[in-house]
Amino acid sequence: MPDTPNNIDIDYVANLARLALSPEEKATYARQLGDVLAYIEKLKQADVSSVEPTAHAFDVHNVWAADVPAPGLSVEDALRNAPAQRDNMIAVPKVVE
Amino acid sequence: MSSALAFQTAAQLSDQLAARQVSAVELAQACLAQVRATDGRINAFLSLDEADILAQARESDARRAAGQTRGPLDGVPVGLKDVIAVRNQPLTCGSRMLEKFVSPYDATAALGLKRAGAVLFGRLNMDEFAMGSSTENSAFKTTSNPWDTSRIPGGSSGGSAAAVAAGQVPVSLGSDTGGSIRQPASLCGIVGLKPTYGLISRYGLVAYASSLDQIGPFGHTVEDVAMTLQAIAGHDEKDSTSFRTEIPDYRAELKKRRGPWKLGVPKEYFGEGLAPEVRAAVEQAIAWYRAQGCEIREVSLPHTEYAIAVYYIIATAEASSNLARYDGIRYTHRSPKSTDAIDIYHHSRAEGFGPEVKRRIILGTYVLSSGYYDAYYGRAQKVRTLIRQDFLNAFREVDALLTPTSPTVAFKKGEKTANPLEMYLADIFTISLNLAGLPGVSVPCGFSPEGLPIGLQIVGQPFKEAELLSIAHAFERAHDFHTKHPQL
Repeated sequence: MPDTPNNIDIDYVANLARLALSPEEKATYARQLGDVLAYIEKLKQADVSSVEPTAHAFDVHNVWAADVPAPGLSVEDALRNAPAQRDNMIAVPKVVE
Repeated sequence: MSSALAFQTAAQLSDQLAARQVSAVELAQACLAQVRATDGRINAFLSLDEADILAQARESDARRAAGQTRGPLDGVPVGLKDVIAVRNQPLTCGSRMLEKFVSPYDATAALGLKRAGAVLFGRLNMDEFAMGSSTENSAFKTTSNPWDTSRIPGGSSGGSAAAVAAGQVPVSLGSDTGGSIRQPASLCGIVGLKPTYGLISRYGLVAYASSLDQIGPFGHTVEDVAMTLQAIAGHDEKDSTSFRTEIPDYRAELKKRRGPWKLGVPKEYFGEGLAPEVRAAVEQAIAWYRAQGCEIREVSLPHTEYAIAVYYIIATAEASSNLARYDGIRYTHRSPKSTDAIDIYHHSRAEGFGPEVKRRIILGTYVLSSGYYDAYYGRAQKVRTLIRQDFLNAFREVDALLTPTSPTVAFKKGEKTANPLEMYLADIFTISLNLAGLPGVSVPCGFSPEGLPIGLQIVGQPFKEAELLSIAHAFERAHDFHTKHPQL
């Protein structure tokens, strides 16, 4: 496996995860992530040279459904949990100037 | 005891409802009274909509009066883990992120219960987004084990297990991604079933790790679990991973099948780390099956040692992707600190998620990040194949496997919270089944010297829940562990 578990760029990972972390959280998670990655290292011992990956326990491929319109959520239901709304839409801060 | 109805099985209550010895409203009121009497100490429930519960019960009584009863669960209260959507009810997932969320629709499993006439009874506590083994990761409260309130009930479906064990509801639903039904069932002295992946629709089950998650029932007896399973099993067009398979009459099958079975004992599940009292109880259970004429065979699952490592790559990778939807934009907590749209993500997630969820998102993001994908996720998926093949090889020789459910009895609150890896190791006997998609049931098989319950895990073959439950039922009928209840 690629790098040693103690040189994790926690800022890079937190930004990918869109997760603001405090300096204390960064230190804690970097250390605990290191512990878990060290534990995970044991997978190197398994011989997987001729093994196919398993994505799901039972193969279900290309499940097709007829493309038939059906009633969905009402506007009220869809917006019921929105943190901010206006004119039947979810309100967000300005994205483009 | 506030009511003679508490601790009765769903099957007994169903008979009393049918004989008009009790009404659904009286039964709902008895459960509400038991919750009022005990939940100050147990903290199983996150919310309880009393008016809605009594309205459902009145409808059940009206159906019965009109001769339109929908089956054995009609009028029987069923508690739901707060991760399974019920229209117009909260769906917090134990998270601040969804503290105010009210579900606009029903999960298919919830709809199955409604169609069976069950009274959907309250929202049960859980580890946040089902991540944990002790229910201590709930953002709202810590649930106590009814057998010793200084101890954890297990997790992540700790509220669902504790509510049944405390006689608050006869049956409940939980979800199991790495052991989250079986481990709390074991630690609370009740029966808990994780069905085969794909037997029950995941539509409306808030996703943690989609290739592992499965809904399943808790009850005092195998029969109650079979009755509840009946209402929720089956293919659903809304979940493309749900399987088209024939659904038998699980309760009727219990009475038909009597063995003897060929049962495997995987040697890797009896090594170091297994508490002596758990080993003794499970070995006695194995000896009982042998005495009934079952052939007991030692089998090997050689890749067991990799299961936890594989799980914590695959589950966290899937979680980091699934939980990306909690963005602070559409239906979750939104941080007031945010000034622009990107900032909303960072701060809303920082405020909305608890420490374990953040930890798993970080780990999952890391293992999926550019340059590491093949080394971690790709390799884990291949080892997952090896783990699955181990089980399929064993099932060429035997009908089912017997193992401990949890390496120890319920541990003390706070005992493992400082060390996440130690908490992860608590799932060692349950986690492989999720990776392999197999069904597993935990049934009570003894008590430790200090009076804490011990569970036997029986591992079945894919979609052979009827046989799995029959094997469990045979053991339960010959023992009285399931008739013991905690002093509350």
